[in-house]
Amino acid sequence: MLTASNIFAGYGGTEILHDVSIEIKSNDFVTIIGPNGSGKSTLMKTIFGLIKPTKGQVLLDNDDVTSYAPEQLVHKGLSYVPQSGNVFQSLTIQENLDMGSFIHSSQALERAERMYSVFPDLYVARAKKAGSLSGGQRQMLAFARAMMLSPRLLLLDEPSAGLAPAIVDLLFEKIFEIHKTGVSILMIEQNARKALNFSNTGYVLVNGANRLMGIGPELLNDPEVARLYLGG
Amino acid sequence: MLIHKDKLTEYMISNKYQPAVIFITSLLALALLFWVADPALIVNGILLGFVFALGAIGLSLIYGILKFAHMAHGDFMTFGAYLAFFVVSTIFGNKIIDSDGIGPFTFDYPILIAIPISMIIVGLVSVLLDFVIYRRLRMKRSNVVVMSMASLGVAIALRAVVRMLWGTQPEHYPRVSKMFYQLPLEIRIPPDNIFVAAISIILVIGLYFFLKKTRAGKAMRATSDNPDLAKACGINTERVVQGTWFLGSAMAATAGVLLAISQAQLLPFMGWKLIIPLFAAVILGGIGSPMGALIGALIVGLAMEVSTGFISPAYKPAIAFLILLLVLIVRPQGIIKSGN
Repeated sequence: MLTASNIFAGYGGTEILHDVSIEIKSNDFVTIIGPNGSGKSTLMKTIFGLIKPTKGQVLLDNDDVTSYAPEQLVHKGLSYVPQSGNVFQSLTIQENLDMGSFIHSSQALERAERMYSVFPDLYVARAKKAGSLSGGQRQMLAFARAMMLSPRLLLLDEPSAGLAPAIVDLLFEKIFEIHKTGVSILMIEQNARKALNFSNTGYVLVNGANRLMGIGPELLNDPEVARLYLGG
Repeated sequence: MLIHKDKLTEYMISNKYQPAVIFITSLLALALLFWVADPALIVNGILLGFVFALGAIGLSLIYGILKFAHMAHGDFMTFGAYLAFFVVSTIFGNKIIDSDGIGPFTFDYPILIAIPISMIIVGLVSVLLDFVIYRRLRMKRSNVVVMSMASLGVAIALRAVVRMLWGTQPEHYPRVSKMFYQLPLEIRIPPDNIFVAAISIILVIGLYFFLKKTRAGKAMRATSDNPDLAKACGINTERVVQGTWFLGSAMAATAGVLLAISQAQLLPFMGWKLIIPLFAAVILGGIGSPMGALIGALIVGLAMEVSTGFISPAYKPAIAFLILLLVLIVRPQGIIKSGN
């Protein structure tokens, strides 16, 4: 479905990604793990068109989308939840969802209803400003906002960051539920053990380069992954 | 995590009572003012505050989306006022000379046609300027100081164009003399100021509903709040930028015309002189918040007008500057806290 090959990218003059490649097949659940500063978020931003790679290619259904802007990629079925700043704080929850379906406004009502049934908490607070929500609710809203696009491929940048463990489990359940309805997922996670258990495929990124790649749960048994991230 | 949550509740509580506190304080302040100042100045100050509001709201919108201080905003007002002058005096050829004006007002129907024409032209000029200047700076990721300086250049250039086309001498719209309204408490107000305030209020209400209820208005607020996320929603943020320029500048043009009506005079410097009061209003209301700018403008307009009862009107801009300084020192985030 989506292939990023031999990507070199960074901010300003600093190159962060050096020759990174990644592939997401249809109905895949791919997780990227790696230490802080390894370029995971940069890779995701490059895929979503927020950063232009200096070298390399992003293919979506065999079309070259390397030079596409985010607002074009969402029309192709991609949706992205950034790690921070992932809700419109000064807008209400309802308005956040409205913006989520900005390019499909005729289906806005129906999709919002579906999101409210997945996240009943959001329905109760729908007239509240997103800036007043708790961390967990905010993450749910960010996720719901991204799902309003009915994407084929959902990009999630550390959805569990800063959340209490109980809420992380709930969030992962929701993500997996959505995945089962046929949405491919590319997720960055610090919570390597939990995330890899859900994933078909896992990538390990170190210092802006591919280090390991394998079947999600199997990666957990890899001695190097264990040594690096699982404290074992 | 826990600390974060506590901060949020604190923020919510402080926010919950804030409007009430502000409302009561302003009522008390107003009562005090009526006691010490000339009521006519107060009424006219509020009416003029609405004109400032048109300029300040546009300035605030532009800041919200483009994140820089638009120094040419006052000159957009001047330009709008002169364009309307061109329409009423050149196109309509001073037809009004032999008319009696509409109802109690000093002007006739041509100005009502001139306002929308001026709004559209100034709006389009601003979009064009964005295309030629600001868009290039955005692409280069220039910082806000460069952008503000560029707008200062635009301000000077635009003023020069006005002086070239219409000269440096004071002009005025064709007008007939009318009686002032005589209200209780010996309040005398020119009927034109009622018109000026009414148009401003209609536009402000219209803008409020545009921002709250329409898809484009929400997209504008979303882009102001978080441009990257707006892009991730498929919002064409460049289009939002253009829409913001158009709206903000069209409102500035209207403010310019209304100001020229109310002052019965056009001068090439009329808008530039207002840039400090406008910024004072915007910062007072919390920068980037259009409805805050409305309240800020009312306060600044009121303070400037009332001050003329005590000191020379020549110090009016100094009063605005004083407010600006006080707000920056005491409460730089503005009297109304914005969403983030």
